[in-house]
Amino acid sequence: MNSRIFYIASNTFREAVRDRVLYNLIAFALLLSGAAVLVGQISIDIEKLVVINLGLTAVSLFGIVIAIFIGIGLVSKEIEKRTLYTVLSHPVRRWEFIVGKFFGLAGTLAVNTFFMAIGVFAALLYVAHRFVAADSLILVALYFIILQFLIVCSLALLFSSFSSPLLSAVFAFSLFVIGSFADDLRGFATLTHGITHWIATGAAYLVPNFSALNVVTAVAHEQPISGQLVLQNTLYALFYTAMALSGAVLIFDRRNLK
Amino acid sequence: MAAIEILGLEKTYMVGFWRKRPKRALQPLHLTVEDGEIFGFLGPNGAGKTTTLKLLMGLVFPTGGTAKILGKEWTDPEVKAQIGFLPEQPYFYDYLTAHELLNYYGQLSGVPGKERRVRVEEVLQRVGLTDIKGVQLRKFSKGMLQRVGIAQAILHKPKLVFFDEPMSGLDPLGRREVRDLMLQLQGEGTTVFFSTHILSDAETLCDRVAIIHKGELRGVGAVEELTKSVQGKIEVVWQGTQVPASIKALGAECHVTGETVRAVLPENQQDATIDALRRERMRLIAITPVRSSLESYFVEKLQHSQTTAGTTA
Amino acid sequence: MNSQRRTTILATACMVVSLCACILLLQRIDRIRPREIADDTLYISSPKMVRRASLGFDGLMACIYWTRTVQYFGHRHFLRERSYNELGPLLEVTTALDPHLYPAYQFGATFLAPAPPNGAGQPDRAIRLMRYGIKNNPDNWQLYYNLGFVYYTELKDYGHAAEVFAQGSQVPGAHPFMKILAAQMAQHAEDFATARLLWTAAYQSTKETQIRENALEHLRALQVDEDVTNLQNAVTRFVQANGRIPTSPWEIAAAEHLQGIPVDPDGNPYELSTDGEVLVSQPDEFPFITKGTPPGYKPGPPKFHTKLR
Repeated sequence: MNSRIFYIASNTFREAVRDRVLYNLIAFALLLSGAAVLVGQISIDIEKLVVINLGLTAVSLFGIVIAIFIGIGLVSKEIEKRTLYTVLSHPVRRWEFIVGKFFGLAGTLAVNTFFMAIGVFAALLYVAHRFVAADSLILVALYFIILQFLIVCSLALLFSSFSSPLLSAVFAFSLFVIGSFADDLRGFATLTHGITHWIATGAAYLVPNFSALNVVTAVAHEQPISGQLVLQNTLYALFYTAMALSGAVLIFDRRNLK
Repeated sequence: MAAIEILGLEKTYMVGFWRKRPKRALQPLHLTVEDGEIFGFLGPNGAGKTTTLKLLMGLVFPTGGTAKILGKEWTDPEVKAQIGFLPEQPYFYDYLTAHELLNYYGQLSGVPGKERRVRVEEVLQRVGLTDIKGVQLRKFSKGMLQRVGIAQAILHKPKLVFFDEPMSGLDPLGRREVRDLMLQLQGEGTTVFFSTHILSDAETLCDRVAIIHKGELRGVGAVEELTKSVQGKIEVVWQGTQVPASIKALGAECHVTGETVRAVLPENQQDATIDALRRERMRLIAITPVRSSLESYFVEKLQHSQTTAGTTA
Repeated sequence: MNSQRRTTILATACMVVSLCACILLLQRIDRIRPREIADDTLYISSPKMVRRASLGFDGLMACIYWTRTVQYFGHRHFLRERSYNELGPLLEVTTALDPHLYPAYQFGATFLAPAPPNGAGQPDRAIRLMRYGIKNNPDNWQLYYNLGFVYYTELKDYGHAAEVFAQGSQVPGAHPFMKILAAQMAQHAEDFATARLLWTAAYQSTKETQIRENALEHLRALQVDEDVTNLQNAVTRFVQANGRIPTSPWEIAAAEHLQGIPVDPDGNPYELSTDGEVLVSQPDEFPFITKGTPPGYKPGPPKFHTKLR
């Protein structure tokens, strides 16, 4: 069982790479180096701020876009192209397929983020000329971004298991935007009454809480992040991912393939 | 032990905007395929052949009935390790090479590492694909893809293979090769279940066939029996141009062609005909049973169902 | 269907467990990071930057910031905090994004100006905010009202208050009381009647709960102040008439021919100290009173007595 999941995951990774996904790294590198050079000439005080803010935001956005655009096709493309038929004629359980695809996509993003992280640190070195201890906070921010990716991947996979690629993209992206304002949604929920209150509260808790995972601004200002928060966020991301994947498995397990 | 036992599998789709109208893709099907035989599943397009295969593969869930494959429940995932499947017009991951694809499927089937490498080479040779190392599947022609499909179906040495339209997309040479391959597989003890709408293939290859039309099974049996049951006539050829009255009295249809006469008579008149010819001192050239083709059996069965459908509709 | 059934059960169980875990974790995470709600506004010191960053969705961002503002203040108020440093920036960002968001100005007038712990203690900032609002909404007489409100309540600048109320009364559609207030400012600024008019207007002009509660508390406090003033005058009259300090409120009630002893808005009787000072029995229940508190009394943290929910 485990080896099958691993094989599916590595095949998914191979697919992403051959699909030239990693070329986005070039665009990223260009963006970041351009910004670093530009900023180095503007001011001495805020260049580090700009590089960290821009770098981390770019890592996040590029990654989310990749996660959504590959993720939505993971299942629906296979069904449409009927490559799934031969795969399922082998002793692969449907849930293994979903889990394998997830790990393949998550792995792709992890590798992508790794290279991007090198880029960010390189740009940082260029503008600041040396590293300080506080820069290790950037690693925490990157870790949180990867947690975000896990959630987005699992959501994209969930939608892909029953919906067309276009709709999946819309849903996944909407959830990402709403999730980024999850704090405000919960605040909004506390101000309402009656049925609206229950609906809003329910929605506020169901929506993935990306705002808790977004520490870019804090890290840019060298604010420390508590270990408790790291732990809770990790657990949250893992459980949320598990929830979305279970949903995907439940749906896919019942799906009649055309 | 039967290789396949289909026990009342049926599939009804709900169609329409509100998904309220039922559309019966497959009526409850009862079918058995014996171990080691080549079984043909025949029917026109849209008859339910692919639906049946998809049901057996677990790609689609039945609305009723069960099936057993190699003695186990058809939903048992372990069964899949012993079967191979070639879908109709197969698509594969086009960014992979044939070697990588076969290796991947081998991994999924649980074929251990070293053995996999050997078998991949073996099987590619067997299907006649050479010199394709490093070429991505997106560059393959339809015929080559078909061969890859067959290759992945037999890679793990399954006991039972399912082929959906295995000849499609192949030129006559390719079709010959596939036919030979299927016979080879049978020789190795593999049961072959294939669906097609090309009857001549079925006639030459199959031990038994089943005919399905509009989701309903119309006939099952050995090819010989099916074709024999149609007419049960014999053709008698003798030299000369005359037809003796006694033979005509037996109800013969006669044709004179050149120096010979061909007469078609009911089978049971065989002895009477021979006696008549001897009496008349005519020279008998040949007596052969009239074998109607599978095609006419097929068409007759289909027409029959059409008329019954016409009366019941 | 065995393996499918098993998968279904496991997957459903996993989903339910994960959902519960997520909800619990979210609550814990919220507890760890309550300050984060407003902290990021510290970094956005320029409203212009926020406009640019919101990519044209100014209106939506304004709503979001407005929600955050109300939450921020309510949260800190509930925790009995004594500072509201981010209130100004939050309001400025909100109104920069949507200059026509009237509730933001009203909120600023009510809570930006008063001294801590009832507000941020930045009346000048509040005035700037109102002026900005007036500039962008010249047809809105209520903004003049809010501006005058700040001059009156916090700065005690009755001259400017009168001027502003007069200006506001000129705006077409202005409520008649603007003229009255202008007139009152000029002559009877310190009268209880004027203050009562002002706070009643504040209460009626909004549906926002926190502003209403605030106005109600001020009205209660006004009542107490008025009662204490009147009672104190009665004590003075008593002393003049009888040459001694009354021993209990009953004596005053008898002397003034009142129905019973005077009680505060909560129904508790006013007390008399040995020095003849009129005192409120529970000063903590009236956050805004200026009279009737015992010597050396320190007001407690702000508390909204009436819950309007």
